[in-house]
Parts: sequence; structure tokens; C-alpha cells
Amino acid sequence: MAEQVISAPRSLPVGPVESHGVGWNGMACLIASEAALFGYLLFSYYYLGASNPRGWLMEPHPDLHLALPNTLLLLASSVAAWWGERGVRQESKGQALAGLALALVMGTVFATVQVYEWHAKTYAPGTSSYASLYFITTGLHMAHVVIGLAVLAMLILWIAFGYFSPLRRLPVSNGVLYWHFVDAVWLFVFTTYYLTPLLGFAR
Amino acid sequence: MTPARSQRMIADTPEIGEVTQALRDRLEAIWETKPGFVGWLASVDHKEIGLRYIVTAFLLLAIGGVEALVMRLQLIGPDRHLLTPEQYNQFFSTHGMTMIFLYASPILSGFSNYLFPLFLGSRDMAFPRMNALSYWVYLASALFLYAGFVVGAGPNDGWFNYVPYASREYNPGLNMDIYALGMILLGISTSVGAANFIVTVFRCRAPGMSINRMPVIIWGTLTASVANLVVIPAVSLAFFLLWLDRQFGTHFFDPAGGGQPLLWQHLFWMFGHPWVYAIVLPAMGMVSDGLPVFCRHPLVGYTAVALATVATMVLGFGVWVHHMFATGLPGLSLSFFSGASILIAIPSAVAIFAWIATIWLGRPILTTAFLFFASMILLFVIGGVSGFMTASVPVDWQLTDTYFIVAHIHYVLIGINVFPVVGATYFWFPKMTGRLMDERLGRWNFWTMFAGFNIAFLPMHLTGLMGMPRRVYTYPAGMGFTTLNLITTIGSFLFAAGVLMFFWNVVKSWRGGAEAGPDPWKGPTLEWAIPSPPPPYNFAVIPTIATRHPLWEDDLDEGRARSTLDRGMTLAHGKEALATTSLDGEPDMILKMPEDTLAPLMLTLALTLLFAAMLGKLWWLAAIGSGAVLAALIFWTWPRRQLLEREAAVHG
Repeated sequence: MAEQVISAPRSLPVGPVESHGVGWNGMACLIASEAALFGYLLFSYYYLGASNPRGWLMEPHPDLHLALPNTLLLLASSVAAWWGERGVRQESKGQALAGLALALVMGTVFATVQVYEWHAKTYAPGTSSYASLYFITTGLHMAHVVIGLAVLAMLILWIAFGYFSPLRRLPVSNGVLYWHFVDAVWLFVFTTYYLTPLLGFAR
Repeated sequence: MTPARSQRMIADTPEIGEVTQALRDRLEAIWETKPGFVGWLASVDHKEIGLRYIVTAFLLLAIGGVEALVMRLQLIGPDRHLLTPEQYNQFFSTHGMTMIFLYASPILSGFSNYLFPLFLGSRDMAFPRMNALSYWVYLASALFLYAGFVVGAGPNDGWFNYVPYASREYNPGLNMDIYALGMILLGISTSVGAANFIVTVFRCRAPGMSINRMPVIIWGTLTASVANLVVIPAVSLAFFLLWLDRQFGTHFFDPAGGGQPLLWQHLFWMFGHPWVYAIVLPAMGMVSDGLPVFCRHPLVGYTAVALATVATMVLGFGVWVHHMFATGLPGLSLSFFSGASILIAIPSAVAIFAWIATIWLGRPILTTAFLFFASMILLFVIGGVSGFMTASVPVDWQLTDTYFIVAHIHYVLIGINVFPVVGATYFWFPKMTGRLMDERLGRWNFWTMFAGFNIAFLPMHLTGLMGMPRRVYTYPAGMGFTTLNLITTIGSFLFAAGVLMFFWNVVKSWRGGAEAGPDPWKGPTLEWAIPSPPPPYNFAVIPTIATRHPLWEDDLDEGRARSTLDRGMTLAHGKEALATTSLDGEPDMILKMPEDTLAPLMLTLALTLLFAAMLGKLWWLAAIGSGAVLAALIFWTWPRRQLLEREAAVHG
């Protein structure tokens, strides 16, 4: 192999092509680190839940009426973002803009509903360790949603400028990947705060 | 745009060429850092950044050392009152913070930053701008953390900062808030740097350098970086939650509100113990690569050492509770973590036996660097055995929070970090500056440091066994501690004199040391194939690697395979580097590398403004800071033609 590098060099892609490029590896590192952050947050929840006496849960029977549809909405926004990225891959600017804009709107609705949920709570971050964990975990997730929405907004702007082509589109792939992460990690937060009490954890 | 040129934008067969002066001139013009102060601020050259890291970390080592000497003066005899108890608390906490967070890890980042592309046959790190960012944020967080100490509001609860003493109730000042926010800021620097090392190792090696041909220090830093990437969030989160508890009335660590003080210890040590390995594994890698050069023999058991490095870290994730044996955890938990902590001695021993075998089978040349590397083996054994002892729960219960633990941590951190790092400086200083360090002064330097260190810290085991608790600002006469403490103080000043000789040797040799030439030690790895100091582009042609020791192939004569160093890809169409596949190191892509830019510095300033505003709870200023961070990020990530991140702009 080694000799062929010099004697018979192959043609190589120049710069990031499609979703390949060191930028993709960098995004993977960012996501690994952020995923770990949520891992430690959820560890804190389970640790405090397991080490406190019964009655620690402020909501032993979480209300799913808003949270479940909102979760499905966030997941659907990932599909919309994927469809938008496909638009870039197929050189369909309309589909790209429509998909990402749809994801942006759905993400914004998710955030709005979440803010409403916060306001509807009967407790505040300072009420108890459960309340602190609930608000800080969902709050840090919200921070990631807001960053993800900003990323989607920038991508829409850049696509509108005609920056990308099926070959040159690494920023789109990376941005959409980040949005998928924001959605996927919510599943863990949602399961922890809304489903595990129903399954009996710490109840 | 002509079709041919457009085609070149997407794929190209790299030109193969010899090293010529014309090529060197062309690359020099492309890669050199622009002159002037702004050029200096904007530089993204990994060598420039590596040197800044090294100089800054050594300065902080000196500052942390002076703090230690002041404490040793306090403890020279019983009932001394040079420092008040509060001052003493701030001194030992700041000393720990400085040495562990601001010296031990950044110094290794500095060496790795400088050396990675040289080891790997690359033109730069994978993310040069992120590299600059990690340095600037490190500098900013060091200033941020020290701002408190300077005005008398430094951390005062030890470097691991246990609640409830760190809670507002017992610690109402700004001390802990500065420490908490500063550590989060530093965490950004470390994480960004870790990601850069990981991607550089996996994507930016010379063709032919499959992962079984990488120098061992690469394994060390890679392993440490993977760990850092996933454990830094634990400590950043812990400090963030502490800040919230202190300033916003949350109850994470407060038992009155259903919180748990032990949650702090869990989060801190889930980070803290992997971190301990992160600050020794790259230094062990330095020894694994440096020692064989002076033994004129390849490292014995390369594969075993590389795997032991990874195994140490894997086990290192499962030992954090051994810092918490005395907190009343269930017996099963104690047994598990005690077992894991004892098990970790095995991979450590693999490395030790490999080094001893290398010395045994080689023909050692007793240079100063060799002395530092070889002495590390002894210090590692002493520090390792005292660690092994405290992995046993009953022993730990007797020794925890005594000076025995202080002796252990210093054998580990000075023995496995400072000694290899000083050795590495003697070893790679000629590469970095083109000049050799003074060997005669080097001997004095080594023996003073070695004697001083052991005089200071060997008796300290005894001080601990006799029951002297750590972190007390003084002790009464008649406890049996007096003589031992006097000896430790004398040893510590001798050690400091040795460190001073080292600094003096660096300054003296940088100014007027003997010319080193490209390869003064006849080393085996790629960095010795290029001039000293290296040109901005490192390698005029990308080397092609066939063995683990490209420069020793003729001497070792292990087979017919030969690396090619003087002929290869020229990559001179602008600022270009080669990306290779992760495992086999086959050519994969031509990377367009970013030009020098002020974006990393701007982002750092914006982040620092944000953190300062959070400290002062000046929310309007925090809003400005956040806006500035956002603006800097948008400026940074805006897709650029030069980097081929986008097509030519077609507005509308």
C-alpha cells in the first residue's frame, strides 16, 4: 500500500465532500460530550430518586396530555429536517427550505409548549431537589433546543443564498445531525421525568 | 470558471514530488504566520500554540510552587502563624487548583499540540482554529480563577471542593463562585482540545501510519482525550449545580431540600479519577517514546503498552468511589470499587516492566533526559504502591485525609507528570528551538530535583502514618510531627532550587545553547526527519510510512519495508493537508486548512465577558456577552469558499 501512495496516487476528494470531512468527526465529538452531560444529569435524577424516601417525586403521576404530543412533535421535526437535508442532496432548493423551515417552526412550537408547561407547574426550582432537577434538566435541554433552532435558522439563510450543492453541504449535514441529537436526547429526558414514575421508580 | 478548474475543486490526484527549495519557498509563503502583533494574536500554527501552552503552564507551575513553599514555611515547626487559617485554606486550595488543573493537564496539551502533527507526519492539527481557541480559553480561565485569589477570594475548600463547606451557608463570599464559573470556562478549553486531539489522531496521520505504528504518546493523549471528552461534562455540571445552589436557592446538594452532599462527590470523582489518568497517561507516553531513544532499542512490548494504556483508562472509569470509601457507602459498593482499584495495578505494571526491559536490553546513554525518564519508573512504583495500599478499604479508612495521601498524590503527580515533562523538555527542546540544553547544568538540575523531591515527600508517608491530618494550618509541639515536617520543608526548598535550575537552563540554552541540528538524539520518529525548529508547514512533502520506526529502519533491519520521507505528495495548491482513514492510514481526502484568524480570540473574549457577567449577576451584560458569543460563532462557522465549505455564492 505504502509504495502505491507515491507510485500510483489515487484521485482524492478536495475539501469536505457530501457529509464526509473532518468537520463531521468534530460534530461527533461534540455530540458525544453533550450526550455525556445529559447522562450525568439523569444520573443525578436517579441517584437522588433512589436515595430519598418516598414522596420525593413532586409528580408521581405525570400529566402526559401536553408532554406526549409535544415529544411526538419534536420527533417529527427531525423527520422534517431530514427531508430538508434530502432537498439539498437532490438539488431541490424549495424542498430544502421547506423542510428546514418546517423543522424550525415545529421546534419553536415545542419550545413554546415547554415554556407553558414550566409556567403551569405548582413548584419552582427552589422548592425541592426534585424541582431543581426538573427545571435544570429541562432548562439545559431547552438551551440546546434554542441553539439548534439558531443553527436551523442559519442553514435556511445559507441555503437561500445558494451556498450548497449536493457535493458541498457538510454544514447542512452537521447542523441537521445536531438537531437529531437535540431530539434524541429529549427522549431520554422525557422517559426519565414522565415515564419512569408511571413504571414505579421512586414512587 | 473553466471545467478543469471546477473539477479540481472536487477531486484531484495529488502531485508527487521531491523536496526542493522552490517547493519550500512556496509552502513557506502559504503557511507562515503574518508578522506583527495582530499576526501573533491570529496565529493558528500548532507549534506556536503549543509553545504558548508550555510557557503558560510552566509559569503556573512556578506560581503554584511558590504557594507550596509558603505553606512549607508555615509548617516548618509547630505553632507557626505566617498564614492565618483562612489564608492557609486559600493557599492549599489554590495550590491544588493550579497544579492539577492549570499546570498538569495544559502542559501535556502543550507538548501534544506541538508534537502531534510532527509525530503523525501532518501539516497541522485537524482543527487549527479550535486549537487556538483552546489555548485562549485556557489563558482566560487561568486569569479568571486567579482573579479571586489575588483579591483574597480564592477557593478555600481544597481542589475537590466538597459541599457543604462549599455551600453558601458556610462560604458566603465570592470564592466558590469564581472557582465554579472559572472551572466551567476551563472545561470548555479542555473539551475543545480533547476533540481536536481525537480527530487529529484518527484523520490526520501520514499515509501508511496504521494505528499499530503510532508513537505511544499518541496512544496516551488519545486515551486521555477520549476520557476528557466524556468526563469534563461531569465536573462542569457539578460546578454549575453548585453555583445554582449557592446563588439561586436550588437543592442539589442540600439535604434540607432533598439534595445529597454525596452527589457532589460522585459527580466530582466520576470526573476526577479518569482525570488523574488523563494527566499521567500522556506523560507515560513521553517516557515510552523518549526512553527507548537513549537505550538505542525499540520499546519492548509496544502492543502490550498501547493496550495497557487503553485498559488503564477503561478501568479508570470504574474506580471513582475509592475516593469516597470513608463516606459510609454500602459494603458491596466498597468491595466492587476496591477490587477495580486493585485491578488497575496490572496495566500500570505492564508499562513499568516494558520500560525496565527496554533499559535492560538496550545500551543506555545517561543523558539528563534519560535520567528524568528512568527515575520516573522508580517514583511511579512508589506512588503506585501507596495507591495500591489505599485501594484496600480498611487501610484507606486509617489513612484517608492524612499526609500519607498527600505523599501519594505528590509521588503520582510529580513523579509521573513533572519528571517526565522535564525529561521531555530536555528531549524535545532541541526540536522546538534548534538548540541543545546544557547537559552539565542538566545533571545538577536532575540530582537536585530528585534528591529534593524524595527528601520532601518520602518522610511524608511517615507523617501520615503517624496520624497528621492534611489541610491543617499548623500543629502543636509534642505530637511527633516536628522533625518530619522540618525535613519535608528542607526537601521542598531543595526541590524548588532544582526546578529553578531547570528554568535557568531553558532560558540560557534558548539564548545560546549549542546548535542541535535536525536529529541530535538519532531518534526513530518523524519529528526528527525535519529541521529544528520545524518550518511552518512541518513537512515539505507528506511522508509515507512503512514501519513503526521510520528513521531506524536501516539500523533495525526488521524487513524490506522502507518509509519514504523525501518524496511524496506536495499539496501546495494553497493551505492543504492530507486526511487519512482512521485505522489503516490510507489517503482519504485533501483538507483545505483555515488561514490565521482572530475568531478564536474574539470568541474567548466574548465567553469571558459572559462568565464575568454571570459572576456579577449583571444580566444586561450577560445578554451582551451571549450576543457576542453568538456573533463570534456565526462569523466562525460562516461557510467559506477558501475552505470549500460551499459553492461560489449565487445570491438570490
